[in-house]
Amino acid sequence: MTPHDLVILGAGPAGMAAAITAAKYGIRPVVIDEQPTPGGQIYRSVESTPILDPKVLGEDYWDGKSLVEALRDGTIDYRPGTSVWQLTPQRKIGSLQGDSVSMLHARYVILATGAMERPFPIPGWTLPGVMTAGSAQILLKSSGVIPESPVVLAGSGPLLLLLAVQYLRAGVPIAALLETTSRGQYRQALPWLPKALRNLATLTKGLGLINELRQSGVRHVRNVSALHAEGDSSLNRVSWQCEGSREWQQLETSNLLLHQGVVPNTQMTRALGCHHNWDSRQLAWHPRRDDWLVTDIENIAVAGDSGGIIGAAASALEGRLAGLGAAIALGNINNSDASIRSEEKKVRRQLDKETSVRPFLDILYRPAAKWRLPINDTIVCRCEEVRAGEIREIAAMGCQGPNQAKSFTRCGMGPCQGRMCGLTVSEILSDANQQSMEETGYYRLRPPLKPITLGQLAKASENKK
Amino acid sequence: MFTRLLLPETSGEKQVTLIFEGRKLSAREGDSLAAALLANGLTACRTTPVSGSPRAPYCMMGVCFECLMDVEGIPNVQACQVPVHDGMKVRRQQGARSLDS
Amino acid sequence: MSHCDFAIIGGGLVGSAIAYGLASQGHQVTVLDEGDLAFRASRGNFGLVWVQGKGLEIPRYSEWSMSSAALWSNLADELHELTDTNVQHHSPGGVHLCYSLEDIQRRAADLATLSQATNRKFSFSMLDHEQLKELIPGIGESVVGASWSRWDGHVNPLYLLSALHKGIHRYGGKYWPGGRVHRITKSDESFTIERNNDRLHADRVILAAGLGNSQLAPQVGLSAPLVPNRGEILVSERIRPLLNLPTTYIRQTGDGSILMGDSHEDVGFDDGTATEVLTSIAQRSVQAIPALANTRVVRTWGALRVMTPDGYPLYQESESHPGAFVACCHSGVTLAAVHAKRLAPWIAGGKLPTEIVPFTAERFDVHTVTPS
Repeated sequence: MTPHDLVILGAGPAGMAAAITAAKYGIRPVVIDEQPTPGGQIYRSVESTPILDPKVLGEDYWDGKSLVEALRDGTIDYRPGTSVWQLTPQRKIGSLQGDSVSMLHARYVILATGAMERPFPIPGWTLPGVMTAGSAQILLKSSGVIPESPVVLAGSGPLLLLLAVQYLRAGVPIAALLETTSRGQYRQALPWLPKALRNLATLTKGLGLINELRQSGVRHVRNVSALHAEGDSSLNRVSWQCEGSREWQQLETSNLLLHQGVVPNTQMTRALGCHHNWDSRQLAWHPRRDDWLVTDIENIAVAGDSGGIIGAAASALEGRLAGLGAAIALGNINNSDASIRSEEKKVRRQLDKETSVRPFLDILYRPAAKWRLPINDTIVCRCEEVRAGEIREIAAMGCQGPNQAKSFTRCGMGPCQGRMCGLTVSEILSDANQQSMEETGYYRLRPPLKPITLGQLAKASENKK
Repeated sequence: MFTRLLLPETSGEKQVTLIFEGRKLSAREGDSLAAALLANGLTACRTTPVSGSPRAPYCMMGVCFECLMDVEGIPNVQACQVPVHDGMKVRRQQGARSLDS
Repeated sequence: MSHCDFAIIGGGLVGSAIAYGLASQGHQVTVLDEGDLAFRASRGNFGLVWVQGKGLEIPRYSEWSMSSAALWSNLADELHELTDTNVQHHSPGGVHLCYSLEDIQRRAADLATLSQATNRKFSFSMLDHEQLKELIPGIGESVVGASWSRWDGHVNPLYLLSALHKGIHRYGGKYWPGGRVHRITKSDESFTIERNNDRLHADRVILAAGLGNSQLAPQVGLSAPLVPNRGEILVSERIRPLLNLPTTYIRQTGDGSILMGDSHEDVGFDDGTATEVLTSIAQRSVQAIPALANTRVVRTWGALRVMTPDGYPLYQESESHPGAFVACCHSGVTLAAVHAKRLAPWIAGGKLPTEIVPFTAERFDVHTVTPS
């Protein structure tokens, strides 16, 4: 198998920026992405959205257009509609497009697999009618599809606020925004505000959204302390309590959109066996990386949200840095070259400025323990229908980690491979056993990371591209 | 539960027909199957193999594996990862799949 | 927790079955176990309760396996009643698929020898393609035939381990996870087991730590020359009932997923997976049951078997350190019943089961292995 110089997984801002940068230095990167069109999630459908009024989705969304245009300018080998089911530490990649499996070998890999929603397990969250705020944004951006009945939004975080404002601008009625950010968090986040002011643009945008929301008169319930989704075969009601009150309030609705932040998608880095640190500010796992964004594994780097949540603009900057790093490692450019060093300095400076707002946002919107450690009756593993109580029961019998929990309860054994339950199960065990998250660990992952049939796998050794 | 925004016709916007359990439904070319079905009022797309509980699309980005449906006779296909095409035959996934010889 | 009657080092299928056996007979047991990311051969077990083909070189192994298979239903029922866990034990017989005429002939000859060596206690039939098709309607055309034995069956190994742990707990046994035992010493009448900064005293100690036994055995005057041998498994999405009986490499679990194996790889202490191996398991599975081609693989697994030099078990009490025992095998599921019901009583001071007389470490010193 002739190796490709550089293979990039993911065509979101980080992946696109990495490819564009590497291409500048004479590399023909391969960009593999499972969506049919580029943009990742944040710029999803930017080439084809039916929402043409630019005000609805907001100006940040349209930033994605220039990246997408550069991706398609012919210097990059862009492979959409292709999933990656395997990546080995030796940088052998198993991909699947349609029914056809290909194996590739790369000298350098940049993972840019982005973020996914933090699990938000509440009683009833598996009912039809309960979805994530991110999913609602995808429906809006990609298809112009909106909720029918007045919708309830619940949780916390910038994405939730953005969605609320996008809905308002599109004329979608919102029954209520139930915010779980607690009073104390404003105070805790305050010390980080001076640093955040370096990224005034982002703060200003955020304040603008909050203001727009306030002026719209949408019912905004604060300090929500408990939340239930109710219904028989589908959602018909949402109930909640607020801090300091035992009264349950209710709203009838068939659409509930949940969101409590996003977390790095670490499936690939976990399957590689990379070391991950538990970041206690973001309450998420971050693959350990050096200052060129390379993981513990030689010539495999991670750029963007999949290394730690930094947002779209910063993800593009990390993409540039990773692309630069790849070009240096591959020998296309020299780090002692003055123009390269100045490029590197510039990107690092911009990245530093862009991410200065993160600590403030992370602390402000960090979900409280009760939202990450659900009550016993709540389903934690959606695929195998394992409840929080079962995990706690086996913890009491001496189960210390998620791999034992998996073998005893089947949690994490379903098709989603722990994407929806991994964080929650580790947190429940960590809490029950009074051990740190690092001591507790995470599911051991192995290929295939995306669905592949036996027939397709059986042909894997035949097609080497 | 979901519906479409009334948007001005743009050139190139094509309608396609889906066949959902024998019924003809309209969809927009470029939609994912999940989006198209939600827009047509679909509530549940499957029942779980473990308990037979109804489930529906949850994340729309290929992470949750809730939107599994029978597409053109192939079971357990993630509907949010499949773009619609004209004449696509779709059924709800009832529990575990069977294996046809 | 500083003293117990029986300390079992290793909470996998071997250690747990022994501990369960002892605890159910009223003995006081403590099971020491490693943490979440240990090698844990038990997690990679395929789940067969298998007799056919075993013991070709040492027929007593066939007898030991048959004894276990015969006791298995009792164990399953007992565990179900005690712990409310259904380990999904089924004994419909099992088949070993053959892909060529040569394969079939060799298999028939081997099994005939085994049957004779066990005085016909082990029995089997050879099936041609048509007969096999009646048992497995979807069987591939290139499968020439199979050997079938009524002795074979399968179980869910993870539920089994969970049930054994619950059973130990119900009988008052203690489970002490958290790390590797690094030292065992004997003083007067008791053993001192050291792990991290903790110490446990025990009247008797059983080494059931899988590959870890190699380092522990010499400390109590025993020898356990073990090497890892990797096996890989593919797991499919859940499917409605398809396969009525297990085959050596393909079986359907009670939850509906199809398990496919296996491999025998000499890769040291690497419990990862290798693409070529996964591909070849997929190819063989599709050859065996072509309709499996469009099922999805949702999980793969690699685990390290605990292998003695000849692949047969090791059961021995130390002469220099009486009260210290070693128990190793790579068929922790099949042998779970005899481990609980016959090995445990021996460890508690009862009679040595005659079937296991050959399985001491002394046999590894012999230069040629002669069939008995």
